[in-house]
Amino acid sequence: MHDFVLATLGGAIMGVASATLLVMNGRILGISGVLGGALKVRTSEAHWRWAFVAGMLIAGAAVAAVWPEAFANTQPRTLGISLMAGVLVGVGTQLGSGCTSGHGICGIGRLSKRSMVATGVFMAAGAVTVVVARGLMAGGL
Amino acid sequence: MHLLSALIAGTLFGLGLAISGMTQPGKVIGFLDVTGAWDPSLAFVMATALAIFGPTYFFVTRRRQKPVVAAAFDLPTKTQITPRLVAGGVVFGAGWGLAGFCPGTAVTSLPTGELSVLAMVGGVFVGILLTWGVQSAVQHEDVPVRADF
Repeated sequence: MHDFVLATLGGAIMGVASATLLVMNGRILGISGVLGGALKVRTSEAHWRWAFVAGMLIAGAAVAAVWPEAFANTQPRTLGISLMAGVLVGVGTQLGSGCTSGHGICGIGRLSKRSMVATGVFMAAGAVTVVVARGLMAGGL
Repeated sequence: MHLLSALIAGTLFGLGLAISGMTQPGKVIGFLDVTGAWDPSLAFVMATALAIFGPTYFFVTRRRQKPVVAAAFDLPTKTQITPRLVAGGVVFGAGWGLAGFCPGTAVTSLPTGELSVLAMVGGVFVGILLTWGVQSAVQHEDVPVRADF
């Protein structure tokens, strides 16, 4: 199938997932919030978040079994760079109260100005980073 | 019940991410590469997800007093554009562009067993805890449980 068709189909399923969590649990679907809340293991708030994470892992395992190309990585990074990228993502989403899902889908869907600003900023920062990273890697870093 | 619906929502979300192309870091980097060989396909992911979630949100929050399996809606209340929000966006965008993974795609990719994905997810948790640590040291108080979008 064409990339655009897969993107549209996948996006639709993600929209349904976000709608499901809102209608059933009354929550905004934001993965950085889910991961942060999952760490508060002593509170009951952590439980549904672990259930959500379990669902994502089941989905990932199922797709990896039947269609491993869905996880193809043409731009592999070293462990050190991956760790650093992870730390930036962790810090950034906690400071900025959300990531691609919470701000990019749910926040904009709610017409939240904060989410529109956040999404514009992280997309711009991502675009700049891609150019800078390519330059650095071409330079042998 | 609320755990089952969260499990279903998580499964659907992970499936959507994997089908859409978002779990291919090269495609994400291609989408962000607006000055180079731009790959616009991932814009369709956001557009379709928004087209479904947006109307549902307004319909549901106006028509229903409470969600199906929880006592009340728990929705973000913040409205201020703060320096903290913008700084967070810059830092998150840098991490996203650096490796091509956001939190959702990294977690969904964990079952592939790729060590770089494991390092990425580990880094996300380190980053979260680091932020909380600095925050509570600065504020001398507990950090609220839920995120505000």
